[in-house]
Amino acid sequence: MTQSAIKPRAMRDVFIERIWQSMAADESVFFLSADFGSPMLDRIRADFPSRFVNVGIAEQNLINVAVGLALEGFSVNAYAIAPFITMRCFEQIRVSLALLSTVRPMKVNLIGVGAGYSYVVSGPTHQCYEDISLMRTLPTVRVLSPADHVSAAALFDLTRSVGGINYLRFDAQPLPVLYQEAPASFSSGLIVHSRGTDATFVSTGYMTHVALDVAAALATRGFSIGIVDLIDLSRFDKTLLLTELVQSNAIVSLEEGFSGKGGLDSALLSLLSTEGLQKSFLSIGVPGSYRFELGARDVLHEQVGIGRNAVTRRVLDFLDQR
Amino acid sequence: MIDGQALVDKSAWVWRETLAIHRRSPETRLASSLSSVEIFVALYYGGIVTVNPRDTRWPGRDRCIISKGHGSICMYPILADLGFFDAVELHRVCEEGGFLGGIPDPVIPGYETINGSLGHGLGVAAGMALGLKVKAVSPSVFVVVGDGELHEGSCWEAIMFAGQHGLDNLNMIVDDNMVSMLGYTDDIISNGDLSCRLSAFGWDCRRVDGHDPIALRRVLGEMKLDQQRRPKALIARTLKGRGVPGLENAPLCHIMNPKPELIDKILLGEQS
Repeated sequence: MTQSAIKPRAMRDVFIERIWQSMAADESVFFLSADFGSPMLDRIRADFPSRFVNVGIAEQNLINVAVGLALEGFSVNAYAIAPFITMRCFEQIRVSLALLSTVRPMKVNLIGVGAGYSYVVSGPTHQCYEDISLMRTLPTVRVLSPADHVSAAALFDLTRSVGGINYLRFDAQPLPVLYQEAPASFSSGLIVHSRGTDATFVSTGYMTHVALDVAAALATRGFSIGIVDLIDLSRFDKTLLLTELVQSNAIVSLEEGFSGKGGLDSALLSLLSTEGLQKSFLSIGVPGSYRFELGARDVLHEQVGIGRNAVTRRVLDFLDQR
Repeated sequence: MIDGQALVDKSAWVWRETLAIHRRSPETRLASSLSSVEIFVALYYGGIVTVNPRDTRWPGRDRCIISKGHGSICMYPILADLGFFDAVELHRVCEEGGFLGGIPDPVIPGYETINGSLGHGLGVAAGMALGLKVKAVSPSVFVVVGDGELHEGSCWEAIMFAGQHGLDNLNMIVDDNMVSMLGYTDDIISNGDLSCRLSAFGWDCRRVDGHDPIALRRVLGEMKLDQQRRPKALIARTLKGRGVPGLENAPLCHIMNPKPELIDKILLGEQS
């Protein structure tokens, strides 16, 4: 796919821009931050001071205050760094959002910035490889993982229409734009880039960019690769995804999260198993250990086997062995 | 509003009913439910919390968050008595098909939120109080916590938040029974001079004998009216397992179940 001429922007900035627009039109929209900023957030702070609160460096209270506001009818956006908004306060999310929302309808967006390695030099405390699996275990939470700012912005409309509890997994860095315009609907939770007969790549977030580049490299060697950008990791349209998965006998999952620990790969394997589909499967993800090396994101990716070169080699080996 | 003697009588009735529920359903937490009897009687019969049993989500209601959920089995007879559900449910506590569990769930009419996992109620109550202020509507928020629950760091995040935002529609009642699951809180993590600590965080603090429903009603009434840009706390000194020999103030009373014969004897004695 050719990349767009649209200048890449940070997902959080475009999403917060949409929130600002909705706050201007709807007095029930609220914004909570755990002392985490964005240039766009300054506008919200200035324009809607009564509906913007910085709760401080206090993620447990961020969630609980969000719950209290949501129970009072507010549509709440809670914002923090991804590992902190998912893991520091996981039990608050479980009890007062996931559990309570089954009997008290709420509208809460948990906006986490810093998917995968995107806080490159901050190391493993600020990087986030566990959130997909953790948040996917909560059956009433929708996990949304866009690959560019155009789709990230459009996800705001989805969350406004479906309500409930949504976790938005945003990259910390502006990523190349994949979509000229937002999909007409995100109801399927996925975007099919291409259909292939040798393998189907199912990727999410940053790894969709890797998937596209690897597929292009493999195409020059004559391989036909299908690519699906899976954005909704918990409520994707299974029928639509299966339509793509049956096109080839090999499936490759690509995620910037731990491999084999309940993330994207587990979602796909569970689907294949439930449907009784026998497919060769390769999981591309972060190996199960923590590392402290410093380097550019793509360098770190190559070190752990999820960079473009490493993935190309691994997929070639995988396809060879079949 | 009922008179003082009626509050005392109602407290005695709720105390007996709580014992009777525990006699039938020993999975319930008795000791922590006996320390909070008069607190809930004052709140619900003393004209403090305005609620509508026929419309539990009525927007004009006061919000009462029962954060020490496990220790609120005494709310079951109160809610049934007020008409939130049929009293026949009191005979199905912890039973298949019933909805009154060992730890109360939000499916129970009259319970605002999810409870029992400690350290959640105060932050949620603070969020509600903030929301009510932004909407510029008048209901008050009450939240009942245990003193052991205050060991949870999330409580102190909420205490700082409420003080910072001057949430004077927020009222916290601490059931200060001085015992958590494995002993006296003073021997585990002492809350020290809790009033002093809360004041340092910008809260207005009062103290009361938590087993005197008349005093509780008076102080809670003053608290509800007092809106001076400070959240309010009432430290209600109570006895865990109050009134049950062997249970009252025993360091392990949280996990102790009195023998059925003892409960029978107490209930018979109360009636005679």
